[in-house]
Amino acid sequence: MIMRYFFQTIFIWMTLVVSTQAFAQGSDPKPLFDQLADANFNHAETLVGQIAATGDPRVVPALNAFAEGDLYFRKSDKAVFSAKSAGSQLELIDPVTGTSAGQVAKGAVTKIKVNNNLRRAIRAALGGLTLMSPDRGARLSAADAILRSPSAEALELVEAALAKETDAEVKARMEEARAVSLLSSDRSIDEKRAAIETISGLGAAGLGVLNSVAVTIDPGLKPDLDKAIASIENEQQLWNLAQNVWYGMSLGSVLLLAAIGLAITFGVMGIINMAHGEMVMLGAYSTFMVQEVIRTHAPGLFDWSLAIALPVAFLITGLVGFVIERGVIRFLYGRPLETLLATWGVSLILQQAIRTIFGPTNQEVGNPSWMSGSFPLGGMTITYNRMWIIVFSLTIFFSLLFVMKKTAYGLNMRAVTQNRRMASSMGIRTPWVDALTFALGSGIAGIAGVALSQIDNVSPNLGQSYIIDSFMVVVFGGVGNLWGTLVGALSLGILNKFLEPSVGAVLGKILVLVLIILFIQKRPRGLFALKGRAVEA
Amino acid sequence: MITGFILRALEGKIIVAVGILLAVALIVPALNLLTPPDSALHIPTYVMALMGKYLCYALLALALDLVWGYCGILSLGHGAFFALGGYAMGMYLMRQIGSRGVYGNPDLPDFMVFLNWKELPWFWYGFDMFPFAMAMVLVVPGLLAFVFGWFAFRSRVNGVYLSIITQAMTYALMLAFFRNDMGFGGNNGLTDFKDILGFQVQAGGTRAVLFALSAIMLALCLIVASAITRSKFGKVLVGVRDAESRVRFLGFRVENIKLFTFVVSAMFAGIAGALFVPQVGIINPGEFAPANSIEVVVWTAVGGRGTLIGPIIGAILVNAGKSFFTGAFPEFWLFALGGLFIAVTLFLPKGIVGTIQHGWNAHKARQAAAETEKGRDAATPPMTQQAQAAE
Repeated sequence: MIMRYFFQTIFIWMTLVVSTQAFAQGSDPKPLFDQLADANFNHAETLVGQIAATGDPRVVPALNAFAEGDLYFRKSDKAVFSAKSAGSQLELIDPVTGTSAGQVAKGAVTKIKVNNNLRRAIRAALGGLTLMSPDRGARLSAADAILRSPSAEALELVEAALAKETDAEVKARMEEARAVSLLSSDRSIDEKRAAIETISGLGAAGLGVLNSVAVTIDPGLKPDLDKAIASIENEQQLWNLAQNVWYGMSLGSVLLLAAIGLAITFGVMGIINMAHGEMVMLGAYSTFMVQEVIRTHAPGLFDWSLAIALPVAFLITGLVGFVIERGVIRFLYGRPLETLLATWGVSLILQQAIRTIFGPTNQEVGNPSWMSGSFPLGGMTITYNRMWIIVFSLTIFFSLLFVMKKTAYGLNMRAVTQNRRMASSMGIRTPWVDALTFALGSGIAGIAGVALSQIDNVSPNLGQSYIIDSFMVVVFGGVGNLWGTLVGALSLGILNKFLEPSVGAVLGKILVLVLIILFIQKRPRGLFALKGRAVEA
Repeated sequence: MITGFILRALEGKIIVAVGILLAVALIVPALNLLTPPDSALHIPTYVMALMGKYLCYALLALALDLVWGYCGILSLGHGAFFALGGYAMGMYLMRQIGSRGVYGNPDLPDFMVFLNWKELPWFWYGFDMFPFAMAMVLVVPGLLAFVFGWFAFRSRVNGVYLSIITQAMTYALMLAFFRNDMGFGGNNGLTDFKDILGFQVQAGGTRAVLFALSAIMLALCLIVASAITRSKFGKVLVGVRDAESRVRFLGFRVENIKLFTFVVSAMFAGIAGALFVPQVGIINPGEFAPANSIEVVVWTAVGGRGTLIGPIIGAILVNAGKSFFTGAFPEFWLFALGGLFIAVTLFLPKGIVGTIQHGWNAHKARQAAAETEKGRDAATPPMTQQAQAAE
């Protein structure tokens, strides 16, 4: 009897020691969970607080499950588990380790009830838990969670976490979370005023918070609040504007890509190249072929497929362009309307050839990993593929400008277009320059096709959808002027995107066409007209 | 004066062409209606419908030839005038359906009921009256051509710039007509026609009359075009084509000359469209597609621009070829059409008729030269040498 008592004492003492030790380094939350089995709501709230106080991040899923009403205790031994349904049965999951504890019939367990108070306590506990988490990402998302659904309860937790935070970005986010929570708490007016100040820098999220407290807030703060709301709305309008400009630039860069080859063949050489769209299409199909080869032979290179496709597309379309110039166009210099017809014929043949070889359906061209996804910039979202296309089109534009202005070949080219006979007398082989220039323009159209394959359907009709737009850009910008093409493309793109929200996409496009037609009446030579003798040539 | 104007139009080739067209207008419907189906001379209805379509295309090509061949304006938007004429006719035919549509609404065409419209849009008023609709066939394309040409010619937009903005015009119209809100049936267009002036559109007799009308209209327009080009005005027109600045410096108002021709040509195209729609049974925004307008240019080029007869022959030949190819080798039609574009511009810049005419004239000139040669040989040899040197 004495022995038994003694052993019992020792046992209790040892348990105590063990448990105090465990508390010291964040005690085992498992028994705390098990106590939930017969706790009333008040007791449960205390227990949740204690569980959170262990600071053990492993309890987060179980607490979440508790808030959702997915926490159960087993009738046989009152052990607590979170559970998810598996067919007609429930799969039990250990609340701490997260390992499965087998499946039981639904009748073998009882749900632990939650009410709103308890839920709030759980949320607060969760927020606190993750706010203290050693993982920086978790802290950040915890602060974000509070920002999204602010509550006065979270305030203390945030402040506690804030005191310990060292990372600057997380700290800033927590400051914002604190300001948001503070508004619905019962702190002093001055503190709230400071909070409003902080929130007014938050954009759309802040606007929601401010509007939600607008009715209940202290009348003394009303002017501050209104000012903050107005400033956010202002800012949002600016971001909207910026977003529209960005979309416009994105569309403009597509137009630029499509038109830039034409700026050479039509703008500089004066050839009405109706087969220009088909060069773009050939470039897109080259990308498709390169990707097919890579898929079957070297899947690891897929992210490089576009870089490989660029020279391939340039060479293929450049060669096709060379053949077209030597075979057809050189017989038609000085007869622009006939050139138009002949190149239209070429475009029909190329389209049908591609249709015969690859079939009339759209081909699958993949996006490399660095071209998919997006990132936020202030109040707008920027997708990587659009961004790269803008960068890419500007790169092409400036390299082309460089070739035209700074290289010997560019000099020859300009000499031939300005005064063919004089250039010829100076020993420039004009037919050769013509052929190379046309090949260059076609090759650039092919490169554009590589980029456009990323955002458009690759089908035999791809080129048709760009040809009219391309001509509009070149004519609008002013023939024979590369800068005109750049300005023309970007301004048409932006104009289109600004018209779109008010009148719709199709009507916007029609309006732009009508505006260009009217504009050409006013300035028949485009935005940046050539002056002097070149005009009559 | 008018009769003189018309009579002057009737020189040799035109008389022959008009005669052939009138004969076709009589004989083909007669062979279709009066011969038994198993007779060797019988022309099946589908062939007649096809030929009627070709005649409408021929009229469209003639219209283009008037502006391109004689005035040097390469319009890449003539399909738009054709389609507008077609839509005017289509609207009349839609109103004639009355309550026989799927929804049985006596006023609104089916597609408007479908779009939940409550009343007829204002621009549909009057299209239940045949004379009004026929006037619109001329007025709408003519007005568009007038407004467009007024702006374009006044600011001296010419050459390829004009071609490109006419293309933009038809493209913009195509986008507009594809919209359901425009009130022209969206991408389905207008179809399901029942009758025209009380006659069933599908009936054999109506088809025969429509065919004959197409041939007669083509003959009439040919006479008008010939009268225009053979008048004093026509000479100035050719002057505008060949040396615009010089004609302007001589004191002519070049923009008015161009505008007049452009409007007349657009009206021809409108008539062609109006005759086309009841024979084909549908008009949709696809007719506005820029590619269609460019195809018209190749018909004209193949036949020979600046010859009036050429475009008619070109349109019929190319379209017959298209019917044959799309039936026999559908894969190769675009190859053939594309090749035709290139071959004609490279090797046959004057077109079929133009080349034959040129060859004939050269032959005549050689004959005449040989005649004089003979005469001169007999008289004074040294003169001939001089003449040869001068040549």
